[in-house]
Amino acid sequence: MKEIGTIACHTISVIVDNEAGVLARVIGLFSGRGYNIESLTVAAVDQTGERSRITIVTSGTRMVIEQIKAQLDRLVPVHKVGDLTIDGRFVSRDMALVKVAGTGEKRVEALRLADTFRARTIDASANSFVFELTGSADKLDAFVELMSELGLVEVARTGAVALARGPGGL
Amino acid sequence: MTATETKARASEAAAAPPILSGAAMIIRALTELGVEVVFGYPGGAVLPIYDEIFKQDGIRHILVRHEQAAVHAAEGYARATGKPGVVLVTSGPGATNAVTGLTDAMLDSIPVVCLTGQVARHLIGNDAFQEADTVGITRPCTKHNYLVKETSDLPKIISEAFYVATNGRPGPVVVDLPKDVQIEKAPYVMPGQREHRTYRPQVHCDDKAIREAARLLAAAERPIIYSGGGVINAGPEASDLLTEFARITGIPVTSTLMGLGAYPASDKQFLGMLGMHGTWEANHAMHDCDVMLAIGARFDDRVTGRIDAFSPGSKKIQVDIDLSSINKNVAVDLPVIGDACNALAQLVAIWHEEKLGQGQPSLDTWWQQIEHWRTKDCLAYEDSTEVIMPQKSLERLFALVKDKDPIISTEVGQHQMWAAQFLGFDKPNRWLTSGGLGTMGYGLPAAVGAQIAHPDRLVIDVSGEASFQMNLQELGTIAQYKLPVKVFIMNNEYMGMVRQWQDLTYDGRRSESYSETLPDFVKLAEAYGIKGMHVEDPAKLDAAIQEMIDHDGPVIMDCRVAKIENCFPMVPAGAAHNEMLLPGDVVGKPKDDEALAVV
Ligand SMILES: Cc1ncc(C[n+]2csc(CCOP(=O)(O)OP(=O)(O)O)c2C)c(N)n1
Ligand SMILES: [Mg+2]
Repeated sequence: MKEIGTIACHTISVIVDNEAGVLARVIGLFSGRGYNIESLTVAAVDQTGERSRITIVTSGTRMVIEQIKAQLDRLVPVHKVGDLTIDGRFVSRDMALVKVAGTGEKRVEALRLADTFRARTIDASANSFVFELTGSADKLDAFVELMSELGLVEVARTGAVALARGPGGL
Repeated sequence: MTATETKARASEAAAAPPILSGAAMIIRALTELGVEVVFGYPGGAVLPIYDEIFKQDGIRHILVRHEQAAVHAAEGYARATGKPGVVLVTSGPGATNAVTGLTDAMLDSIPVVCLTGQVARHLIGNDAFQEADTVGITRPCTKHNYLVKETSDLPKIISEAFYVATNGRPGPVVVDLPKDVQIEKAPYVMPGQREHRTYRPQVHCDDKAIREAARLLAAAERPIIYSGGGVINAGPEASDLLTEFARITGIPVTSTLMGLGAYPASDKQFLGMLGMHGTWEANHAMHDCDVMLAIGARFDDRVTGRIDAFSPGSKKIQVDIDLSSINKNVAVDLPVIGDACNALAQLVAIWHEEKLGQGQPSLDTWWQQIEHWRTKDCLAYEDSTEVIMPQKSLERLFALVKDKDPIISTEVGQHQMWAAQFLGFDKPNRWLTSGGLGTMGYGLPAAVGAQIAHPDRLVIDVSGEASFQMNLQELGTIAQYKLPVKVFIMNNEYMGMVRQWQDLTYDGRRSESYSETLPDFVKLAEAYGIKGMHVEDPAKLDAAIQEMIDHDGPVIMDCRVAKIENCFPMVPAGAAHNEMLLPGDVVGKPKDDEALAVV
């Protein structure tokens, strides 16, 4: 389908049976049919480990987004598909671990900024920190950019995890 | 399951479950699931299963000559019976050879369960001899696939595989079986419930939506039913209901390539096939209709032509079991999710219940318009006394076989489109053709599968000389099992469909589309102990066809037809339905590169 209409970003939540190959199936669907993946996170989410939740941030026209959801729904081990972006209000968080090395003034400044961003220090040595930070992708971007002036060594980031607001669940 | 079977199972469950090898479990599970035939080819990684096959006689194994053909044969079997087709192949090359067949079954939504051998569990990932990542390779070309890791899981997985292959939108399912899993022993416990833990396709249509569909159709002045392969997949009852619904509403019916036979071709409400090589009346009616009921059809690009000019003024209702088929290519106004059979039953019921016929506007003007389109006689061709025209060969074939209710398979090319145009099917499950993937080499093995299912029926593979050579090794299978398949090769010495496109859109540069160095098909047949025939004189055509039909056994007929005939009508590259070409029309080259790219 030719792209007609505006392209919007959607956060899609998928509950899947936690079986071998299920992630490959989901990713293969996106690459095989040419859909975008902005980010994707996955982990088991029940006590028995039978179900996983995949959170996918994707973008496309209304028709493409509908196709993505229908194609996901069609996969045999997919249990439920929800579009958080259109189903109502939702909360979404990314997490980053940010390693900064330095001494003196820069080190102090890094720590001060981390505090402002409400990052936690989860590792420290005489000349380095690893900060843990959660928030929107924008917030993490902003923090990483500030750290690049202050001895940024490396970054590890997750994609978004998200849930609908209010008492209801998928 | 019968009551005795249920009881037997219950008492068995009470006793300790039997301890069986994985291979024995596989055969037992297949038997319990009602499998009668397996199409396969042996190899190292499936030897334990073949040993179990040797020891029993409940399941019949048909030895093909190539694994691709095993899958096509299973597809032919499935299409001709409505039951799932079953395939058994070895690991590595056996599995990779099956991939084309699996993709074919995927695109045409054919229920197939394919068992593949795999190297032993401890060798997986080691590049072991004949190891291939079968579940990885087949993931995008199957509806679902499994790698069995524990012998005790076998009964459940196999029963689930059949459930998934046959429920919802049907499709191929692969079960990959490591050799040591086949050898190890474990308790055999077949689950009572045959289903999938979470997979529950919606089969019943939402009452409100289907009611609205019925009302839209009742208010339409120029309605049309566009029926597809989904109606065939929904079983013969769906075809009966489609016919009933069309009769009570008076609505004209057109069909996709895959849907032929769901509505009787001989009925006056049938407009013929639509799409690229569809009839003038079907395509014009699609273009001009005001309400369209698409049922079990997916708006394939071969059907729609230029998408932005496709049936521009109509309200579109789409009934499909697969949500992802809806709004994929064409935006529809009223989507209805559900099984075609249920949908049609509901439509018929609502039509009677709400007495919708009474308020229906007269369709007379619409039918007059359709009759006018019909006067174009779009399938007419210029006959010859010198050479057999390809259309003529099929017209005569049809005239001479139609009373025998034949099953027809085809290969891919011009002959396939002509067969769709000139052979009429009044009932479902008699037309076996590769629509979605367009796989040359499909027809011969598909005919094998159909003939195995129906040993006493007349089964004909309408073939092209090029396609025939893609799976001709299956003549060995035909000879071995004495299958009376008739192969009707419409030999035009060209990959005719390729040549047609080259002539129409590449200024006649016939690049590599001539069928060089053809074998002598009569001698080839004889080499397999099969009757070979050849005809090229139009005056002898009828007698030759009759001799082919009357022969008690397989026949390869080399029917020499006109070499440079094009298949019309034709919706050319990047054109709309109402811009269709007929023979003699000056063919314009595609308007732009974009048009050239979509064909
Ligand atoms: C496996 C495969 N390879 C290539 C093609 C492309 N193709 C479509 S039709 C055709 C020519 C078929 O020639 P023939 O079987 O002689 O049939 P005809 O068109 O002459 O009736 C080709 C090469 C295909 N459909 N399938
Ligand atoms: Mg040919």
